[in-house]
Amino acid sequence: MSAPTLFVVGATHHNAPLEVRERLVLESEAAIRGDLASVPGLRELAVLSTCNRVEFYGVASDASAADLVQAAFCARQKFDPAEFQRIRISLTGRDAALHLFEVASGLDSQLVGENEIFGQVKEAYAAAAASGTAGAVLNRVFQKAFQAAKHVRTHTGIASGRVSVANVAVDLAANIFGSLAGARVLVLGTGEIGEATARAFRSRGAADLAVAGRRPERAAEIAAGLGAATLPFDGFDSRLADFDVVVCSTAAPAAVLSAAAIGRAMRRRPARPLLVIDLALPRDVEPSAADLQNVFLYNLDDLALIAEANRAAREGEIERCRAMLAHRADGVWSHVQPYLASGAIPQADPAGRSPGAAGQAAAP
Amino acid sequence: MLSVLSDRQWLWCAAGFYSAGLLLGTVSLIRGQRTSGVSIFCAILAGYVLQFIGLGIRGHATGGCPLGNRFEIFQFTAWSAITLYLVVGVTFRSSVLGYFTSCLGAALTLLSLSIPAWDAVRRTHIFGGNPWIELHAALAIFSYGVFGLLALTSGLFLLRHFSLKSKHLGGWFSFLPSILDLDHIEVRLLGTGVALLTLALAFGSVYWSRDTATVNHSKLAATVAVWAAAAAALGLRAMGRLLARRFAWACLALFAAALLSLKAVDDSRHPGAAQAAERAAP
Repeated sequence: MSAPTLFVVGATHHNAPLEVRERLVLESEAAIRGDLASVPGLRELAVLSTCNRVEFYGVASDASAADLVQAAFCARQKFDPAEFQRIRISLTGRDAALHLFEVASGLDSQLVGENEIFGQVKEAYAAAAASGTAGAVLNRVFQKAFQAAKHVRTHTGIASGRVSVANVAVDLAANIFGSLAGARVLVLGTGEIGEATARAFRSRGAADLAVAGRRPERAAEIAAGLGAATLPFDGFDSRLADFDVVVCSTAAPAAVLSAAAIGRAMRRRPARPLLVIDLALPRDVEPSAADLQNVFLYNLDDLALIAEANRAAREGEIERCRAMLAHRADGVWSHVQPYLASGAIPQADPAGRSPGAAGQAAAP
Repeated sequence: MLSVLSDRQWLWCAAGFYSAGLLLGTVSLIRGQRTSGVSIFCAILAGYVLQFIGLGIRGHATGGCPLGNRFEIFQFTAWSAITLYLVVGVTFRSSVLGYFTSCLGAALTLLSLSIPAWDAVRRTHIFGGNPWIELHAALAIFSYGVFGLLALTSGLFLLRHFSLKSKHLGGWFSFLPSILDLDHIEVRLLGTGVALLTLALAFGSVYWSRDTATVNHSKLAATVAVWAAAAAALGLRAMGRLLARRFAWACLALFAAALLSLKAVDDSRHPGAAQAAERAAP
């Protein structure tokens, strides 16, 4: 029996393509915890399972524990162990801690800097804590991972700028109107991208939405899903002055919104800017509308370019983030390692049959 | 304790802190980082306190508001703009405004300190012991400080407008406030400036109407022109005739006109002495 160590074993989007990851999705975490209860020397365990990764973070006093976890997982998923061996990630000690820091920060995500992973790591930790398998070491490492993630997200540009067209559109509106709570949004057309953009507006606080489409039943369906009002498509331009943001995504073969119509609307609201987002191909809005005072017109290419620039800016921050996280991982490891070397770690039950037992150990 | 340094030395120290705020912001922006609102605010606050001490010593020596020469008028204008920033600037929630305020503070204080001729003649008791005239002068110069902050906000508006129209939203532009917020702030600042200048002119007119011989026509014309321009800009904005970019440019022009009018205001006091001092300057 060797000194306990921290390990992570699993598979991520880096080496496992989508069709492989589909076969790795855990149906029941409770079931795998039951399988892992019999792994000798496994003291602590946390399972992180998302659409882009499945990872087992553990503390074990037996060097073979990580391999046994992997074998149990493959058996549960009926996945070829040899294939898993080719795609797996397997790290120990400080490198495992650093990996968790990078995952929690969104640095290891497919969409670098995305925020959703932070919540997923939190949920994984909460599940481990609730089932009593997160002991003193995982407690410490996960808490430090959350702190590190918050630090890099605040002090670097890793999370700045949106990288999806819908969210870029909402950011644009925020650049014009500040708070979106009072912004009135008109969605023209019932296309998927328009609906996604409307959802993004709703999720960022826009309360006053209306949908207008050539197919009234489809427009009503989308409006119901968004909690929005509907507007007749014919003659919508006479109501244009009532809105601050117009999102166009119709399938019309030619422009449905003329510069003259926008000009007329602006004469009724000269002091208030109008953001027109044209997501349609062919375009829904006459390009000359961009020349009008207080009108800001963006088309699909404009938004895609901004999203791409944001993505590039995030990727430019990766090395700086990595250096910050490495420094923090060194820090946490310098505290955890002596504790692990002392071997004073109580046994936690990966099956969760003795909740809280591990958490009673003194934190390193 | 305060006599350890002379009034000008205190004011140099203040200019140093404003410049430090400017430097901090510039370094952050060059590095592509958000300017540190707290550190710039602290630098401005420190500069403000030191400037307050320097102007206080002057005021004590001159027996009134230190507005006795062009140097003091520039210093007081900078101090007024920064007073307003410290009172209301925090609600802007924009560290960029702090950066620009430190810019304005550094520019006005360093400019006035670096031209000794402006401070060659220090006039005392310029208000003849009349508190109404002193209030008139202080309010008028304070309104110019408000126009200074308005000019900064207008500059930010133009930058934001440019970024939105040219579709460059990343980097430095991402730190700017929203265009609608900037527009609202512009209108409020212009309204405040016009109100203060109106009050200043009202107090002054009570005094002038009693003794029309004391009225300096070039000073009166310059001041009334600034007031009329500001009031016209506000009126046109309210009617929807002067909007967005044009309104921002008008606000910038207004501050430039206000600064230019200071020459007429200063020369009106003792034109002969001022000219002699300028002739004597190296």
